[in-house]
Amino acid sequence: MSDILFAMTLLLAAAIIGVAIMAVNPARSLPIAVLAGGTVSLFSSILYLILAAPDVAMTEAAIGSGLTTFLFFFVLRRVQGGEDD
Amino acid sequence: MIKNVIAFALLAALGSIFAALFLGYVPDADLNLTARYYADHTAQDVGAANVVTAIIVTYRGFDTLGEVTVLFLTAAIVGLVLAQTRVGNRGGVAPLPPSGEVLQTGTRLLAPLIVLFGAYVFVNGHLSPGGGFQGGAIVASAVLLLLLSNPLRRFSHRLITRLESTVGLVYVAIGVLGVVLAGGFLDNHILPLGDFGSLFSAGAIPVIYSLIGLKVGAEFSSMMVSLSETEDS
Repeated sequence: MSDILFAMTLLLAAAIIGVAIMAVNPARSLPIAVLAGGTVSLFSSILYLILAAPDVAMTEAAIGSGLTTFLFFFVLRRVQGGEDD
Repeated sequence: MIKNVIAFALLAALGSIFAALFLGYVPDADLNLTARYYADHTAQDVGAANVVTAIIVTYRGFDTLGEVTVLFLTAAIVGLVLAQTRVGNRGGVAPLPPSGEVLQTGTRLLAPLIVLFGAYVFVNGHLSPGGGFQGGAIVASAVLLLLLSNPLRRFSHRLITRLESTVGLVYVAIGVLGVVLAGGFLDNHILPLGDFGSLFSAGAIPVIYSLIGLKVGAEFSSMMVSLSETEDS
């Protein structure tokens, strides 16, 4: 693995951890947490691509960050916000 | 308070496990026994350029049938739970404001292209990265885009259900044909292997993966459509 790729991987990992902390932060609202979860999936799909697993990367991008995020939003609307834990 | 302590203790335990795994990680110099077998024999045995697809559809075809069944059960349960709220709650729904012109026109332009790309991904599953699950999810995301641009748009549940069940039956029938004509359940040698690397190659793999793509797309679409239809009730 070349140096640029290694630096990119480290940067991505740091970004994933940062967004994941944003997702579990109880001070933020639920939609923000769902969006942050989708972003974690998106970043990790790029990480899979760097680690030479394009099949897993495509699955993660399409299902993990695309469909699941909207599934959460549909369900959030159905349970009427559900802000109080 | 005690909840937080337990959560932090669990996190610390998980972290120590991962730290031990990470510190003890040494990259393999060469492939292990199973991986070497797949890397050496896939091209002759199965004829698929994408080794991952060969493993998913042929070597581990039975597991894939199980995965598709799990997804089918999930879609069926979502439909079952939401079916009660669908009937009867029609009247008195406040009309939603129309979505923007940009979104509507963009959807009209993008949705066919997304469906085409999804079909490309699952038809070429044996040559390029991707396959039935990825292509099916991409097709379902086109349905999702249509739903987002117009939440009142209605899709035919009968069409989705018919498509899903027919494709599932054909998938199992191809598997049984493999027992009769070739070496075992879901064997891909029921069709000629063809030229390595061309579109019509690798025996039954393109057929099976297209069926899986249609099935996964129909299942995800039915989940999205049921959730969206009953949302405003």
